[in-house]
Amino acid sequence: MSLQNFRAIAAIYKFELHRFRRTLLTGLLVPVITTTLYFVVFGGAIGSRMTEVDGIAYGAFIVPGLIMMSMLTESIFNASFGIYMPKYSGTIYELLSAPISATETVIAYVGAAATKSLIVGTIIFATAHLFVDIHVAHPLAMAGFMLLIAISFCLFGFILGIWSQGFEQLQVIPLLVVTPLTFLGGAFYSVHMLAQPWQTMTLFNPIVYLISGFRWTFFGRGDVAIEYSLLFVAGMMALCLGIIGWMFRTGYRLKK
Amino acid sequence: MDFAFDGGGARGGCIAGLPPYLCRNAKGAEPSMASIIEIKGLTKRYASGFEALKGVDLNIEEGEIFALLGPNGAGKTTMISIICGIARASGGSVTVAGHDIVRYYRGARTAIGLVPQELHTDQFERVIDTVRLSRGLFGLPRDEAHVEKVLRDLSLWDKRNNRIIELSGGMKRRVMIAKALSHEPRVLFLDEPTAGVDVELRRDMWKLIGELRQTGVTIILTTHYIEEAEEMADRVGVINRGELMLVEEKTALMKKLGKKTLTIVLADPLTTVPAELSEWHVTLGADGHEMEYIFDTQAERTGVSSLLRRLGDLGIGYKDLNTRQSSLEDIFVELVHQEKAA
Repeated sequence: MSLQNFRAIAAIYKFELHRFRRTLLTGLLVPVITTTLYFVVFGGAIGSRMTEVDGIAYGAFIVPGLIMMSMLTESIFNASFGIYMPKYSGTIYELLSAPISATETVIAYVGAAATKSLIVGTIIFATAHLFVDIHVAHPLAMAGFMLLIAISFCLFGFILGIWSQGFEQLQVIPLLVVTPLTFLGGAFYSVHMLAQPWQTMTLFNPIVYLISGFRWTFFGRGDVAIEYSLLFVAGMMALCLGIIGWMFRTGYRLKK
Repeated sequence: MDFAFDGGGARGGCIAGLPPYLCRNAKGAEPSMASIIEIKGLTKRYASGFEALKGVDLNIEEGEIFALLGPNGAGKTTMISIICGIARASGGSVTVAGHDIVRYYRGARTAIGLVPQELHTDQFERVIDTVRLSRGLFGLPRDEAHVEKVLRDLSLWDKRNNRIIELSGGMKRRVMIAKALSHEPRVLFLDEPTAGVDVELRRDMWKLIGELRQTGVTIILTTHYIEEAEEMADRVGVINRGELMLVEEKTALMKKLGKKTLTIVLADPLTTVPAELSEWHVTLGADGHEMEYIFDTQAERTGVSSLLRRLGDLGIGYKDLNTRQSSLEDIFVELVHQEKAA
């Protein structure tokens, strides 16, 4: 851990947010439109037949899952793109030749990406309010959980960005792994609604713990105990930090 | 020969008459003043087994312009990449402004500005934003006056709000130089600064380098244009196949450039040089069919006419005469050839 060059952290953070600002309109419109579509399809068309899940109105029930789904993809995409672009364009030379430590680099890039994810999460939350009544049981825990999720998945995205050697690799993990796991992770249903053996098998899906934990902060209950969810997020963060540490120590796909 | 081969006969000592900073070996007379860059036994071996650097020793003095000459693939860029932190060394050590580049990378890198060979820019950003970013990355506080000065010096001020993608190649290169200068480096690396740029930009670049030198910035540039090294450098280093083959002051090289070789093709071969010709220090070549005389074109008396008169007096006939200028290019080609033969 080496923290000294705070100006460099600030410079990268600002530069990255500026990059997001350039695509502000699409960046904000996309989550709003997506959320609206999900509400129209799942809340309106299907929700009208389902009424309640675990004693919660279906429209409200899917809100944590929707926020989580967008935040996971946003986090991975923003963080991976943020570090992949300099690699792709070659401007990474400046980062590598600057007096900046690995810790500072990660704080700056992951911090900027996580900031954008949190903004997107908040917008979806606000949009959802237009459609359904939501009463958040644990507002502080909700904000904290969003922050933890944003940081851990931005760390994961950062790893993906360093590992990727082409744009298609950048897309593979989010599209083929994260999105399916989110759909199957209880974003739109409760795990208890599944028949065996699917109910047990679902517990091997890591996303279940995230959505469940987030749902707990909203409604005071989830599919699994909140402790398991927190443990999972902490474990994922530790694993990602470990991998990033190794990448910087060995110069993996960064240094020749 | 008054230049040192790395790993050749000159290793381990200093050649008489050369300034101490030309002694590149640790065991020789150490320079009394610390150099801004000290490279010792630097090696780089890639995973493929290719050896890009084979033990380079070199000191760069503060305030000088050093030109690193060499053919493509000689190891110039690899060496710069290691010093700047872009590549890792396999062995050896480098200090910049007294800081080891690995252990005290912050101190070392703060002193360095790097302009790589390839045009790497943030295409979608504005010129001024990327220059500000560079300053911040190197830990310096905002200084709009300095950023403006750098942009003006590089004729980029009018383009400051343009996105980089809108600029020409030459302008993009200026942006990269502006980025490097934005954080006020003590040492500036210019990797092939004039490769593929037009005549105007090349002249601007030379002017800029001259001005930077006035401010005390140490400049290390790589090039494969010999005239560029001749034009600007205080010292020249020749690198080939990962080995530094020659490091010499340019003035010493220019002296060599001022020398010519007179080749006299003899009518009848000689076995020994007649004692009467000793004052000219001539040598015999081509199995005694040719006599060579090296003379200084700048001297008041070149000795050419007196030598020819003496040959006439001695009754030594000749069929042909020619003179040849030895250029930096000759030395360069010779060095590269020796290396290939070895």
